Amino acid sequence: MTLTIDTQASTENDIVAAPEGTLFRFATAGSVDDGKSTLVGRLLHDSKAILADQLEAVTRTSTERGFGGESGGIDFALLTDGLRAEREQGITIDVAYRYFATPARSFILADCPGHVQYTRNMVTGATTADAVIMLIDARKGVLEQTRRHLSVVALLRVPHVIVAVNKIDLLDYDEAAYREVEASVRLVTAELGIAEVLVIPVSALVGDNVVDRSERTPWYAGPSLLELLETLTVIDDLDERGQATEAFRLPVQLVLRPQGAVVVAPELADSYRDYRAYAGQVASGSIRVGDPVSVEPGGGTSTVTGIDFAGVALEEAFAPQSVALRLADDLDIARGAVIAAAGTLPPITRTLTADLFWLDPRPLAPGARVLLKFGTTVVQALISAVTGRLDLSTLAVEPATALAVNDIGQASIRLSRDLPVERYTQNRRSGAFLVIHPQDGATLAAGIVTAPGEPTRAGDGSGAGSEVSP
Amino acid sequence: MRAPPMTIATHRLSELDVLESEAIHVIREVVAEFERPVLLFSGGKDSVVVLHLAAKAFWPGTIPFSLLHVDTGHNFPEVLEFRDRTVAAHGVRLVVAQVQDYIDDGRLAERADGTRNPLQTMPLLDAIAAGRHDAVFGGARRDEDKARAKERILSLRDEFGQWDPRNQRPELWNLYNGRHTVGQHVRAFPISNWTELNVWRYIERENIELPPLYYAHEREVYRRDNMWRAISPVSPPRDDETVETRTVRYRTVGDMSCTGAVDSHAASVADVVREVGVSTITERGATRADDRISEAAMEDRKKEGYF
Ligand SMILES: Nc1nc2c(ncn2[C@@H]2O[C@H](COP(=O)(O)OP(=O)(O)O)[C@@H](O)[C@H]2O)c(=O)[nH]1
Repeated sequence: MTLTIDTQASTENDIVAAPEGTLFRFATAGSVDDGKSTLVGRLLHDSKAILADQLEAVTRTSTERGFGGESGGIDFALLTDGLRAEREQGITIDVAYRYFATPARSFILADCPGHVQYTRNMVTGATTADAVIMLIDARKGVLEQTRRHLSVVALLRVPHVIVAVNKIDLLDYDEAAYREVEASVRLVTAELGIAEVLVIPVSALVGDNVVDRSERTPWYAGPSLLELLETLTVIDDLDERGQATEAFRLPVQLVLRPQGAVVVAPELADSYRDYRAYAGQVASGSIRVGDPVSVEPGGGTSTVTGIDFAGVALEEAFAPQSVALRLADDLDIARGAVIAAAGTLPPITRTLTADLFWLDPRPLAPGARVLLKFGTTVVQALISAVTGRLDLSTLAVEPATALAVNDIGQASIRLSRDLPVERYTQNRRSGAFLVIHPQDGATLAAGIVTAPGEPTRAGDGSGAGSEVSP
Repeated sequence: MRAPPMTIATHRLSELDVLESEAIHVIREVVAEFERPVLLFSGGKDSVVVLHLAAKAFWPGTIPFSLLHVDTGHNFPEVLEFRDRTVAAHGVRLVVAQVQDYIDDGRLAERADGTRNPLQTMPLLDAIAAGRHDAVFGGARRDEDKARAKERILSLRDEFGQWDPRNQRPELWNLYNGRHTVGQHVRAFPISNWTELNVWRYIERENIELPPLYYAHEREVYRRDNMWRAISPVSPPRDDETVETRTVRYRTVGDMSCTGAVDSHAASVADVVREVGVSTITERGATRADDRISEAAMEDRKKEGYF
């Protein structure tokens, strides 16, 4: 291995020569041994994201372990199994993030473990993903793990669901066998209400339909996996009409009030003496200077007079930009407040029902006192009742009074104070929350609002909170 | 056989814009939720980028936290000079913890191989305790190393600074949970999701100044462990090693005793961006002797409280 890098050698089709692209986040999931690590290794390798020293280390280890055969003697799984414990046990135990780029796009991949007790990592990966790739072993078809992961994907409304039917080489590229698996996948996704699912026959080991379309599956007319990843829309993209799909929300992180301690030029310092702006990341939608806004708590209204980004005045801000908003009126706004497009706030309430993805080894019993984190707000809450639990083999909701780790359940929750509560189906950011242990601070569960309770006060909106969910 | 794209998506933010906003969000969350954050600042490119992002996050105000550098005593003089100049320009306070002090009074012993990177952990933890810091910003990126790939953006550490990879909090949506108990602190990595190429493109776009040794220059070097080592009081060549003058640059700037240079003619940011884009070797693989010791070298150091 030589370390010489010749800058003159770069050619027109290098990644660098491409204009700066967009960022696409996806997660992979599947049961142990379905070939997830191999698929990820293959994607990284074939898109040339594996650098020489990494490949050298992996090839050396593969040879030591006597790995041979179709992949040219490289055990691609070794590229992605990061931690020592995993290398020793040969399983993936924690989400690992991978980065690669093609001339079309850059990717962040959350590689989620398949082992049953690590379902929480699947939830982690799915909450930020633009797409999830579910791996299935073509010989085994849909397993309990597949259903479990697909129901997580469905509940969290991951925008794009791709099912890769792997090891198609072991079925001798037989169309009928593949169609059977595909049909059973579509049966489950239909049951779960996943509107669109993209099913692809692949061989992670051989490379069929991973980067290039395979000649061994002439009966499959769709795109390769990478082609899909390069062209699917990202969460914050606009719809066909050029509109943001959700209403504007900015959870206030902090109030910028430098009170004279400014970094602007001395001659400008005076004009920043009374500077006051609300800093945060746009959670959804967009806003323009001059737009009317509503603020909770407090129910105040005002108009946006300025959108600042580190000294640059913007005309418009949209998700997921981090900005600072200036308003016309002096409202009492602190961290935890939400600034929303006027007329879109849901009713204010102190109760809600939610789906909980229970992630902590300690079980949940009704009556538990917890903290909930919504956006930048933390409120005390009481889980007043557990009302059901998803049976993952039948996908039906069964009665339950407690939740254990890896359970997905339904609960009624009482809040210690008023909040604008929004359904997750209406807004992916404001309808999502963390359940936190009040003493040790552990993240106990991921929660999504299924319905706000009885309003204590009307929102300023069109009653969005009381609408029937789609 | 590749088909043309099926849909033309309407994106409004570039990759760098998205990463920048994400990092600023993390920095603001930590400042809002913690009492006494501090930024680990070495003058290396990743920490320089985090400092730049912090300045943007609080504009028009000043950066509301101080900086901390654990100086191994083996740093490149031009990096230290750059460090002090940058700190002064931002009007922030810098605390320097010296590994040398620990060696002088016997709390730490020089290693046989002369490398001081592993010795940074104790002064770091002491400085965190002395400053009563409950949050520590770092410029680590997940693409650097396999163990780093599993690190959370907000990562809880116990009193001994230890990282427990098997017991990490799940990180959901962009909701960060920074709650901690007495004695614990949190490491925060705002540029977790950036690659080396992202960092360089950002440095180019934002016109950020770096220590000069990131760019091609002539230097007296010798070959060891497949790297070009600089001549310095702490890294003298052995008798069998030939010294020559070459045009090189550094991809990481750390301890002189274990950081190597690469052959390069990349004299400007644009050259470096091009070079990194076509590079076939990872940053650490190319330039850090200490990470080559074993496949799990970084993981072991992180568990013990390293950055
Ligand atoms: N024949 C064949 N074997 C595969 C394929 N993908 C993975 N494998 C093998 O299946 C086993 C499990 O793969 P691995 O990637 O470790 O699975 P994971 O547990 O899901 O990460 C390994 O022995 C792989 O070599 C495939 O497409 N075809």
